[in-house]
Amino acid sequence: MKSLKVILNGLITENPTFVLLLGMCPTLGTTSSAINGMSMGLATTFVLICSNMVISLIKNLVPDKVRIPAYVVVIAAFVSVLQMCMEAYVPAIYETLGLFIPLIVVNCIVLGRAEAFAAKNNAWYSALDGVGIGLGFTFALTLLGAIRELLGTGKVFSMTVFSENYGALVFILAPGAFIALGYLIAIVNKIRKA
Amino acid sequence: MKGDKNMKLESNFKNMVLVLTIISLIAAGVLGAVYTVTEEPIAIAKAEKQQAAIQQVLNDFDRLEDETVNGLLVHKAYQGDAFVGAAVESETNGFGGKIKIMVGFDKEGNIIDYAILQQAETPGLGTKMVDWFKTDKNNQNIKGKNPEKNKLTVTKDGGEVDAITAATISSRAFLAAVNLAYNAYAANSGAPAVNVVSGVTQHIAADSIAPAVADTVQVATDSINALNE
Amino acid sequence: MAYFLIIVSAVLVNNIVLSQFLGICPFLGVSKKIDTALGMGAAVTFVLTLSTIITYLLQKYVLEAFGIQYLQTLVFILVIAALVQLVEIILKKVSPSLYQALGVFLPLITTNCCILGVAILVADGTYKLPEGLEPNLLTGVIFAIATAIGFALALVLFAGIREQLRFSNIPKGLEGTPIALIVAGLLAMAFMGFSGVV
Repeated sequence: MKSLKVILNGLITENPTFVLLLGMCPTLGTTSSAINGMSMGLATTFVLICSNMVISLIKNLVPDKVRIPAYVVVIAAFVSVLQMCMEAYVPAIYETLGLFIPLIVVNCIVLGRAEAFAAKNNAWYSALDGVGIGLGFTFALTLLGAIRELLGTGKVFSMTVFSENYGALVFILAPGAFIALGYLIAIVNKIRKA
Repeated sequence: MKGDKNMKLESNFKNMVLVLTIISLIAAGVLGAVYTVTEEPIAIAKAEKQQAAIQQVLNDFDRLEDETVNGLLVHKAYQGDAFVGAAVESETNGFGGKIKIMVGFDKEGNIIDYAILQQAETPGLGTKMVDWFKTDKNNQNIKGKNPEKNKLTVTKDGGEVDAITAATISSRAFLAAVNLAYNAYAANSGAPAVNVVSGVTQHIAADSIAPAVADTVQVATDSINALNE
Repeated sequence: MAYFLIIVSAVLVNNIVLSQFLGICPFLGVSKKIDTALGMGAAVTFVLTLSTIITYLLQKYVLEAFGIQYLQTLVFILVIAALVQLVEIILKKVSPSLYQALGVFLPLITTNCCILGVAILVADGTYKLPEGLEPNLLTGVIFAIATAIGFALALVLFAGIREQLRFSNIPKGLEGTPIALIVAGLLAMAFMGFSGVV
């Protein structure tokens, strides 16, 4: 039962984007379309699960004072593994996300979960926490990507909903990212209070 | 920390250095292993992309001959011994970074098709170049045109191609790349070259934001023109 | 002159925060007051310039020389983390008042993605340069400094607006983060006016 609770916690109660407001750079930078947002979310999920699990396993072997650098090395290693695998097997997505793949290293969500959860729980729950937080992040990015894609080009996941001529291009561009996320968070806040 | 129920290692100098070194070494080792495994698939993926682009922009051919002209890679295509066209890899500076394209010409120098190899233009604007210039709508399509006979610049600059809506700079850069590709192709087949002015520089010159800036642009333009001659 | 174009491009046209989406966390987190925004901007400028030089040299003379570019992310983030620690120690000794103001935020610089982002861009030579310039150490450093100035500019402007926001009537549902993001969006829109200048 606790397993489910850990996952739901990441997905809803402590949703990294809407509630904790972490990892804003990829949230804004890679959500010009739903599919881009989803790819970025899943890439981050992979790193989260792996790093959470390993950090939980080695937590007792690491002296407290070098905790952070040690965690960062683990995270950076997994990010590099992901980077190479993506370049080899999904080069198109790798190119679209570009710089944001290596930048998963400095995504505050990953290090934040290592500190707040993996360093205190066992490997199984830490991995589940990675799944929950990762999926919560993926959900948020996909939603924001879908909204921006719809408002900007009239498509969702490249399927036409209305003609592109009626789209407000600004939502695909930088200002639209900020504004769309601002309203999305306001709506989520409203729902959470109700 | 000794005696703690977590049994954490003590934070003394020896432990700290030891643990960090070991973790770093393991990480480096794992990365080295993954690198060896993925090295070949990465190379294959890149080669496949190039091959797919060549196939896309050329008509039927039997074999290719690669040659470097003006610093651009030209893949000359032959059917038997007859020259049937060439695919040229060309690049310019766009709005968000380098634009790399592959342009295919038939043996008369008409554009067969093009493919975008690399671009970092604004999503929703400049990125439309992927199919904008091959869509049959107004004066967008450049397929079948010949850079020597048709002036392939945007209509704003007196050319005959419609720029991507709200992405003139990307359009200029793209068309400059096409013209550069044609020049590399022409240098090989003896056809006369066309004048190329890079999209970004031309834009500044046209708007002449500051005389000093325009001067720099003049120097750059001159050197580009000198290269073309 | 062309070097000047790098600066205009990185500060105004391709502002790291408002059009490249790097460094958003400190942009939202450390922008409640102009003073702290200025301090953070200065700290980032310092660390960004130093780290770009060091990582560039490491990339050229160690990683590329030995063919181990795949360690790039790992090495760069360690260098940046060490550098931030160093800056923190020095600042503590040299200027305790500045340390007090920035102490909380300095560790945040490590996870400021514009530091690692710029380091990777410069090391790989994939940053945007005006016509006729080649990616090298000089243009890289100019680009890094200009990027940091752009970051500081966006941060200070944003902080200035947020200070005024406290006296405004904001629709209840938009209070807090939502209104901050919408303001950032309007600021980004203003910066879009620069596009095409370079």
